[in-house]
Amino acid sequence: MSKVRILVGTRKGAFILTSDGTRKQWDVSGPHFAGWEMYHLKGSPVEPNRIYASQTSSWFGQIIQRSDDGGKTWHQPGTPPGEPTTTPDGMPKGESNKFVYDTSPETGKPLTTHQHYDGTQRPWEFKRVWHLEPSLTDQDTVYAGIEDAALFRSTDGGQTWQELSGLRDVKGNLWQPGAGGMCLHTIVQDQSNPQRIYIAISAAGAFRTDDGGKTWRAITRGLKSQYELPDPSAEVGHCVHRIAMHPTRPNVLFMQKHWDVMRSDDAGESWHEISGNLPTDFGFPIDVHAHEPETVYVVPIKSDSEHFPPDGKLRVYRSRTGGNEWEALTNGLPQRDCYVNVLRDAMTVDSLDPCGIYFGTSGGQVYGSANAGDSWTAIVRDLPPVLSVEVQTLP
Amino acid sequence: MIRVVLPAHLRTLARVDGEVTLDVKGEVTQRSVLDALEARYPMLRGTIRDHGTLKRRAFVRFFACEQDLSHESPDVPLPEAVATGAEPFLIVGAMAGG
Repeated sequence: MSKVRILVGTRKGAFILTSDGTRKQWDVSGPHFAGWEMYHLKGSPVEPNRIYASQTSSWFGQIIQRSDDGGKTWHQPGTPPGEPTTTPDGMPKGESNKFVYDTSPETGKPLTTHQHYDGTQRPWEFKRVWHLEPSLTDQDTVYAGIEDAALFRSTDGGQTWQELSGLRDVKGNLWQPGAGGMCLHTIVQDQSNPQRIYIAISAAGAFRTDDGGKTWRAITRGLKSQYELPDPSAEVGHCVHRIAMHPTRPNVLFMQKHWDVMRSDDAGESWHEISGNLPTDFGFPIDVHAHEPETVYVVPIKSDSEHFPPDGKLRVYRSRTGGNEWEALTNGLPQRDCYVNVLRDAMTVDSLDPCGIYFGTSGGQVYGSANAGDSWTAIVRDLPPVLSVEVQTLP
Repeated sequence: MIRVVLPAHLRTLARVDGEVTLDVKGEVTQRSVLDALEARYPMLRGTIRDHGTLKRRAFVRFFACEQDLSHESPDVPLPEAVATGAEPFLIVGAMAGG
């Protein structure tokens, strides 16, 4: 029977939740890396036991961790498990933690500057890894979304990282941090075209490469940020919160923007709003049903300053029509006095039938539905604030 | 031998218990101690000071002999008691919030 494994990143460690295909009984392991902020964990679609994790701390910076046995043991890439640990020669090399922006003259990228809150220009400065996206075709290739916004790639299993610095050419001097920092948080690969990758950056926008990351352009036509940008239709500066795609329809993209839920049917060339009857179109995550490309999920949040559900009711909204017509999914979710948030990387779908959907909250709950959202149960209730939730469907 | 005390998270990363002792060549300064520490425990690179600029991370503090040396130049000699091993050089996570 199939199994599912949920990888949960929290403010104070990582947790792994596992169940068989019925998704009724769950085993919980963790905290892994107790006390550290675990921004994101994600498994390789090529080798599910290969899991990459971003371990970070405002105090001690960024650590990349990797598991090759499904999360039972972890090591910093470059240090084989079991290597002697008590002598200088046996220590991890530590190079997997090194994210240095490309300033090499060969690629013509002196370290450029971006806009700061006060309008001054600041050089790019590494802060943390928000998101790790393993390649669809190679377990040793993985992309990292960085704050200050940049895309890095490793082709050696996370040992070394190189910036795809062409991204900063797209008016990078005009990007500026949003309230959560100037973070590159979304990386979407097109399985039908390995050269095409979409990324999104808070308060900078959405971007696409068609040559494997060398050159990029903004894909923001149709986005409007009426009260956030001096030019509401500017090419860059839109606060994109998340982009989702169904793998079988790579030209159809769904976006949760700061405000507005948007859709593109032409690979991001143009966008139109599909917020429809949502109670509010602010929110963070957006996801697509594993087997129904027109079924989309969002979690409406009251406003940009009130990061909790409207009316104290935690509701996932589902559209079976690709947007505009939304239904509230409430069965099993708290419908009074609930003031949690659901962050952009904290919702995910499995590929079982019926499709499972999971999300984590700032209150430490991870909710799961084994029937595409019709009913929900709390898998765990009392974790630290949840930063990210990813699920793996295992044979 | 120079004695260095690491904060708990960095002891876990470096896989050490208790104090670390280091041979430091030449003058004993913040820079030479951190160079020796990172040479012996490369996984600590980037956790105490930035990979590129080698500037102290904002929430890391350096104490020794009941003094806060965090804002000293990295090339200023550390107190004699640290250089002789009588006192440890403490690397501390700053108190920042609750």
